[in-house]
Amino acid sequence: MDADIVDLIIVGAGPAGLAAACEARKWGLGVTLLDEQGATGGQIYRAVDAASAKRRSVLGEDYAAGAELTAAFAGSGARHIAGAAVWNVGRDLKVNYVQGGANRVLQARQIVLASGAMERPFPIPGWTLPGVMGAGAAQILYKSAGALPTDPVVLAGCGPLLYLLASQYLHAGARLKAVVHTTQRRDYVRASSHLAGALLGWRDLRKGIRMLGELRRNGVPVYAGAEGFSIEGADRAEAFCFTYKGSRKRIESSLVLLHQGVVPNTQLSWSLRAKHRWNDAQLCWEPETDEYGQIEASGIYVAGDSRGIVGAKASASQGRLAALAIATKLDRPGRDQRLARESEVRDELRNQLHIRPFLDALYRPPAAHRMPPEDSVIVCRCEEVTAGQIRKYVELGCQGPNQTKAFGRCGMGPCQGRLCGLTVTELIAGARGVPHDDVGYYRIRPPIKPVTIGELAGLV
Amino acid sequence: MQARELIVIGGGLVGAAIAFGAARAGAPVTLLDQGDIAHRASRGNFGLVWVQSKGHKVPRYARWSRDAVTFWPAFAKDLLELTGVDVALEQRGGFWIGFNDAEMQARGAMLAAIDGAVGVPYEMLDHAALRERLPAIGPTVAGGSFCPLDGHANPLLLLHALHAGLKALGARVVSSIDVTQVTCLEKTSGFEVRGRDGKTWHAPRVVLAAGLGNKELAPQVGLHAPALPNRGQVLITERLRPFLSYPTNKARQTNEGSVQLGYSVEDVGLDDGTTVDAIEWIARRAMATFPVLSSARLVRAWGALRVLTPDGLPIYQESAAFPGAFVATSHSGVSLAGAHARIIGPWFAGLGAAPDSFDVFAGERFLDPNRSFSNAH
Amino acid sequence: MHTKTLSPVAALFRSDDVPASGSVTLRFDGRPITAPAGISVAAALLLNGVGPFRTTPVRSAPRAPYCMMGVCFDCLVEVDGNASRQACLTVVRDGMEVRRQEGASSLPLPTQGEGHGR
Repeated sequence: MDADIVDLIIVGAGPAGLAAACEARKWGLGVTLLDEQGATGGQIYRAVDAASAKRRSVLGEDYAAGAELTAAFAGSGARHIAGAAVWNVGRDLKVNYVQGGANRVLQARQIVLASGAMERPFPIPGWTLPGVMGAGAAQILYKSAGALPTDPVVLAGCGPLLYLLASQYLHAGARLKAVVHTTQRRDYVRASSHLAGALLGWRDLRKGIRMLGELRRNGVPVYAGAEGFSIEGADRAEAFCFTYKGSRKRIESSLVLLHQGVVPNTQLSWSLRAKHRWNDAQLCWEPETDEYGQIEASGIYVAGDSRGIVGAKASASQGRLAALAIATKLDRPGRDQRLARESEVRDELRNQLHIRPFLDALYRPPAAHRMPPEDSVIVCRCEEVTAGQIRKYVELGCQGPNQTKAFGRCGMGPCQGRLCGLTVTELIAGARGVPHDDVGYYRIRPPIKPVTIGELAGLV
Repeated sequence: MQARELIVIGGGLVGAAIAFGAARAGAPVTLLDQGDIAHRASRGNFGLVWVQSKGHKVPRYARWSRDAVTFWPAFAKDLLELTGVDVALEQRGGFWIGFNDAEMQARGAMLAAIDGAVGVPYEMLDHAALRERLPAIGPTVAGGSFCPLDGHANPLLLLHALHAGLKALGARVVSSIDVTQVTCLEKTSGFEVRGRDGKTWHAPRVVLAAGLGNKELAPQVGLHAPALPNRGQVLITERLRPFLSYPTNKARQTNEGSVQLGYSVEDVGLDDGTTVDAIEWIARRAMATFPVLSSARLVRAWGALRVLTPDGLPIYQESAAFPGAFVATSHSGVSLAGAHARIIGPWFAGLGAAPDSFDVFAGERFLDPNRSFSNAH
Repeated sequence: MHTKTLSPVAALFRSDDVPASGSVTLRFDGRPITAPAGISVAAALLLNGVGPFRTTPVRSAPRAPYCMMGVCFDCLVEVDGNASRQACLTVVRDGMEVRRQEGASSLPLPTQGEGHGR
């Protein structure tokens, strides 16, 4: 099959990918951007172009600002391949994808991976029941379909998105039954050592404080410092239970929205066998890159949340930095102007990152919600492997996630370890009493997205 | 005979089965395993419990393979009773699939020769006859061969069961050990096994079952065990409703419902990665074999390094220079597992006789300048 | 097999947006449902309260969407005869036939009688 050669291929149409594309185009690079969705924006700016004025108002100005980026991309001259499931990225800088049932390949001179983030898994009893979803998932439902909960809804967990969604729901006229979050005194104490940074990022801090005030004013019951979450129900969610101030509470609800932060989507970087290190402040894996995001000397750059959680604006800055480095690598004229531009972008990035350590510390998810103490909690949703089974495999001598995968099929389902990987790494590290970097992560193999045998065989 | 202690180096399918068999026969066993970093050929085993076409040029191997599968049912039952792990053994026969007349002719001749020499039943089937047994077979398939002795099992469950079985029998299993040195001790005429971190173990008998690692260790005890890595890439689909009742040489539906599709045979050193070319080739072949797989989703592709001796046949041998030291190398860790447990384990532990005519599996055969070898798969 | 556990429930979500580009009619397990054009099948099914989208291959547990962005693979349904489609990544189309996926995916097997399992 003939491969077209493209200066820069970008995987992902969120802020990092879009900003990288626009920046690269400014310097005369040919750009092709692939994404799974039909429209650009990733998850954070999902459906922003199609959003009505009412929806943009509910979702807030940060969301609406995404339309500038999608518009800039649309006018940049970059080629956009929508509905593309990228199933392999090679060290030879080829990108294999399936689109409309056809298996295609592109050859790049350089690549930017901008796969963004996903919600951290929330392994608690009952989390697999119908009616239990991520808060981010519910937000996507509103962004993409204007869908709001029919009945008063329970939001539970920790992190800014929890309060953001609560606030958006209030603006949209949806009712909130309760907001139950885990942030407690020791989290504030931990975060206080990062207060200086938080104050530098005071605009972000102010947003958060405003949202909490809003909830209070609207009489939404807020349970702070809660723990021991579980969801009851036979075949669907029926009630949300938690411990609050020492006693067990139960709130009836058929819809429970869970959230405890977002984590980098690292499937592509792991599949390239890039070195990753465990970031204990963010409790996730990050690919090791240089200051432009390049993996070793590979010509493959990682930008945005998939490199480490930095937020939408910082993701865009990282995308720009990668594009600047690539423009120089590919010998485009304007090297000096690029250096000036880089300096500008790095200043922006620095400002955008001020609030981060404070947020990471304040909203650190509790251990019991990452490493379930109850043996019966399902860790691998696809293959229905429980926490107890993982711990048993460690007792049998399994040293890492690949052995537990071999013994119990955990990580062998269609999600390819996305929703269980972090939990398994943490469970094994905890059971063995060793650092996460010693335990490692699943060996991630292509196809990165499940494509059909027919598609691979080249039959449409 | 009194059971004396045995150290087995290598906790893959070969080492674990031998260790298990020795422990079952009453020997005190210590198994030294590399752990998560190991090449782990075992994780790449296709899972066939296979007889047909084995030992074409070497009748002893054909006989060994044929006899090995007879041990399997009792072996599987024993593992289930001891550990609760069901290794999903099925032995109702298996098929080889052919795509053209030349292949079919060659296959027929080879199976006839093996049957004549040793007695391995088989049937050659043209397209129509094959279709009666495997209705999902594609229109471009020329035909196939069937052997009623063939079957399949789950290699990962087998490895799990063997390790659980060793634990249940009180054997000592030590993980994360990288053995660098095996020395014969003059005084006791036992052996010292040393790990990279300096830890040592001592026993009167030692078994080298370290797969690719055997090459370095074997000469230390006067043995010759060359093996080179040979990569096989395999595709795995999502779980599917049952549609394929028998294993075939390049496609089988596992007990979980996923379909395993193979495979490549590549000489690429220690690279266990996957390639787009092989993935697409295997997908095309799968489509030609079973067109219904068109809509099946591929969930995983992997590469694994077979432990291949120059002629593809096993090495089983006791060292003449250092009696009590043994080597076992084989890439058919599932097919031969029952025999490794029932025969090889007790033999190496000094609790059973060596099988007859096993000189043909001695490692020195590769030192014969008058012989050339091919391990065509 | 439609047991009590798999029957439709009150819809967890509603939408009072007037869809700019009209609505489409699709069917879930034969039951007609309407949805705004351009939304995902997952959103459409949630807005119409169809209950679980699938039951798992291992323990036949009922599942419905969890992540809405294509990473959890819990929203798998059969779309127009194709098994294991992620409903959150499939856009609704007029006349689409969606079915709950019970257990493992089925393949369109050959029409002859034999070979349908062990």
